[in-house]
Amino acid sequence: MDRPTWAPVEVDVDRPSAARVYDYWLGGSHNFAVDRALAEQALRIVPELPEITRANRAFLRRAVRYCLDNGIRQFLDLGSGIPTVGNVHEVAQSVAPESRVVYVDSDPVAVAHSRAILAGNERAEVVQADACDPDAVLGAPGTRRLIDPDQPLAVLMLALLHFVPDSDDPAGIIGRYRDAGPSGSYLVLSHGTDAADERRAGMKELYARSTTPLALRPPDAVAALFAGYELVEPGVVYLPEWRPDPAEAPDEDPARFGVLAGVGRTP
Amino acid sequence: MSRPAEGIPEPRHRLGLAALAGRGRETAVGGEDGPCGPDVVGGLAAAWAEAVAGTSYVSMSRSEIEQHLAGLTRQLVTALLAEPFDPTPARQVGAAMVAAHFTGTETLNRTVALLATELPARLGLFRDGCQGPVVERVAAVQGALAAGYAEALRQRTLDEQEAISQAVFVARDQTEQALRASEARFRAVFAEAAIGIGVGDMAGRILEANASLLEMMGYSLEELRQRNVRDFMHPEDAASVWRLYDELVHGQRDHFRVEKRFFRSDGEVIWTHLTVSLIRDDRGHPTYQVAMIEDVTDRHLLQERLRYQALHDPLTGLPNRALFLDRLSRAFETGGRDGRVGLCYLDLDGFKVINDSLGHDVGDQLLVAVGQRLDACVSAPGRLVARIGGDEFIILVERSGSTQDVVVIADHVLAALEAPIRVGEHELAVSASIGLVERPVHGTTPADVMRDADITLYWAKSDGKAKWALFDPERNAREVARFTLSATMPAAIERGEFYLDYQPLVRLSDGQLVGAEALVRWRHPEFGLLAPDRFIGLAEETGQIVPLGRWVLREACRQARLWQDRFGQRAPFISVNLAVRQSRDPSLVADVAKVLAETGVEPGRLQLELTESAVMGTADEPLDALRALSAMGVRIAIDDFGTGYSNLAYLRHLPVHELKIAGSFVEGLRASAADGSHVVDARIVGTLVSLAHALGLGVTAEGVETEAQARRLDDIGCDSGQGWYFARPGPPDQITRLLS
Repeated sequence: MDRPTWAPVEVDVDRPSAARVYDYWLGGSHNFAVDRALAEQALRIVPELPEITRANRAFLRRAVRYCLDNGIRQFLDLGSGIPTVGNVHEVAQSVAPESRVVYVDSDPVAVAHSRAILAGNERAEVVQADACDPDAVLGAPGTRRLIDPDQPLAVLMLALLHFVPDSDDPAGIIGRYRDAGPSGSYLVLSHGTDAADERRAGMKELYARSTTPLALRPPDAVAALFAGYELVEPGVVYLPEWRPDPAEAPDEDPARFGVLAGVGRTP
Repeated sequence: MSRPAEGIPEPRHRLGLAALAGRGRETAVGGEDGPCGPDVVGGLAAAWAEAVAGTSYVSMSRSEIEQHLAGLTRQLVTALLAEPFDPTPARQVGAAMVAAHFTGTETLNRTVALLATELPARLGLFRDGCQGPVVERVAAVQGALAAGYAEALRQRTLDEQEAISQAVFVARDQTEQALRASEARFRAVFAEAAIGIGVGDMAGRILEANASLLEMMGYSLEELRQRNVRDFMHPEDAASVWRLYDELVHGQRDHFRVEKRFFRSDGEVIWTHLTVSLIRDDRGHPTYQVAMIEDVTDRHLLQERLRYQALHDPLTGLPNRALFLDRLSRAFETGGRDGRVGLCYLDLDGFKVINDSLGHDVGDQLLVAVGQRLDACVSAPGRLVARIGGDEFIILVERSGSTQDVVVIADHVLAALEAPIRVGEHELAVSASIGLVERPVHGTTPADVMRDADITLYWAKSDGKAKWALFDPERNAREVARFTLSATMPAAIERGEFYLDYQPLVRLSDGQLVGAEALVRWRHPEFGLLAPDRFIGLAEETGQIVPLGRWVLREACRQARLWQDRFGQRAPFISVNLAVRQSRDPSLVADVAKVLAETGVEPGRLQLELTESAVMGTADEPLDALRALSAMGVRIAIDDFGTGYSNLAYLRHLPVHELKIAGSFVEGLRASAADGSHVVDARIVGTLVSLAHALGLGVTAEGVETEAQARRLDDIGCDSGQGWYFARPGPPDQITRLLS
């Protein structure tokens, strides 16, 4: 039975949360023993995980700056998690203070934390909603307050859709967000792929025990998620390969991250 | 933080300072080309950035990192070279690193190493041979940086832990608020619901009940809490109700919905729709049961009343046709191979007269009284008395033992109705006719039984009043056959299923064939060859005799024309029977004239045979018609003469040419009759012949079977004979052969 919309979501800190595990890998302390235990277990399977999360975060920074360079001033960050260092409003508002950012997460703790951090920031909002329910996200008062549907919009789905199984129709979800913005809007996506190696299978099993199970996809399936968008250069590539910092030495083995990234623009 | 780094002795400070200060005077600290100049600082910052690359996540590009580290480097160099030496600013550098999120453990490790090697090397401090003070100062800077770093990281960690805990607290608080709000809503739903809601544990103890339920059941909450669900068992509960309940409390089913009766505390019965649901805990164990009870008593009573009204006759209160048919069908469904069923279909004799003469009100009261008597003398388990409509009642015997059962009931009913019925001031004597059907249910249907009961009632009525009749399948078969024949006759004429046989009429004096009687036959596709007695009477009843007679006349005349053409004056006249109804048909004369004209038969060669009753009938029209035919030249014969009641005096005024003496008189002329009756018959025949001759009529004897009969008839003076002695009826060829 579906839970009625007015029934509260439970706060269960006895189960690990993807948002807090991610924070731990980023070097944060916004996490609990149960989160760290899962994070450490995962590290034993994929020791590069902290590196991957950093690379993902770095991609976020580069992609947000790219969007800013292309005139985008409103951002919708889906599955934003714990807003640790270098989150979207910091990056965006440091370049263009008028930028408006809406964070969306279903984890009530992450939302409460975000709300505390964003207190006093008139141009940032946090919406507690399931990112996979576009109507709920787009209809939320916070979204409606900050996002102007007539202005181009950047929708960010970082490390989000590999938690969404095909049965929940990720393409349909993206479609709804795509149709919510005018021409010239962007989709910023990073997505775990199962192309790299068999260790991901172990990750899948591990995540099956958390509140958020894992649905890794092959590269062509990830590229297919950009239906209705024109991919900007260099297309869908491994995280460090997407418009890398020219000052940094090119990564010798980007595939080891196992995460693909891309940015699309609606024609 | 302004206190000096601990553990570093002052004199060595001074010593180191002097060495460095000397150098410092040569190249100004912070000057363009000094140790804090862009080359040195930039080089150091780049080396630092390279060393810590990828060890922490910082939200900066590589060049931004270098820029950031350059600032920190400048602070470090300044602190290292400052006079007097104070490593305290290095603490701020450590704190600044944490603030920029250079929080990885490896970052600190590499930074400390870099301070020990690259910093003094790039500043050229080792070249002066005063490594001692330099090493001490570097160590102090390293220590201060690490202390500041640790202090900031500890603070940051505590802040973050505090922040996340605070977030959990806030989120929980919000959740609890929402929970309280939703609980309040649920409680309102529970308390205010118009439907009765009760909660019980798995042992059936009642824990909670809302106001509606308490009101519905007439108990207080305390009283209900003393009770178990099973205390609410009602003796009329369907067995399935408690089977479903058992399945639910054993966790085998999650809910069920039934109709159930309850006793209120005052003993009154209420009808309800009951839905019981199982509530499980997080691990799926059955924990509670929730019952939702809707009081549908009013609806139920209304339905019952409507149902009763739909199935009962409002006047007598007896079951009506619908209920009777339902029970009859059920008797068939449950009867199996050996079950028998009986019906007494009853209709009051002369009810219409009572109704018309004494009024509907009296008629209605009579029906009520009859209904009561029937109910009193018949009703018993397995028997049903129903009013089917008007003054018709029916008694169903659901499991009849034998035909005798229904006969006994019929006798009882007739006896029960013998005593007069008093309605107001009227003493009414009533009787009934009853049709009885009793048979095994196997091989028949309710509709068959009903139809047969209806037929049998009709028989009983036509047999006389106050009687019962028992269904007779043979009688029914005959009537069905008659019906079938009359129904198929028109099509049979069209299809040519009728044909004519001819029997010779012979002059007794010389044995000459003078005429032929046309006799109609029906070659029926189902019943075979049918003689006229099977269908002429039926055709007279239905009126089909007119078209059939017309066909016979035309066919006979067609044949007569053939003989007329072939044998001329020797050709026989043709004799055709005319039924009573035909003789009264207004178009008879015109029909005959038309046929004669069409076939070209001389009118004198056509003889029409009528019975006495047809000729002697009361009306004048037939006589007019016969006179017209006679005037036309057609011969008229009276068939079967002597069997009716002929007015002999009247005979002389009739347009008749021939009498045909019935075969029953001729039979008496057989020689061997021992009792002498033949003498009487001979005299009768003789008298008839004399009478006919006196009136100028010819006489034909029918049924001549022996030579002796033929001879006697001749002796008596009879003109012609007809019968098996001469020839049986046969195809026209037989006549043709006899003439040839």
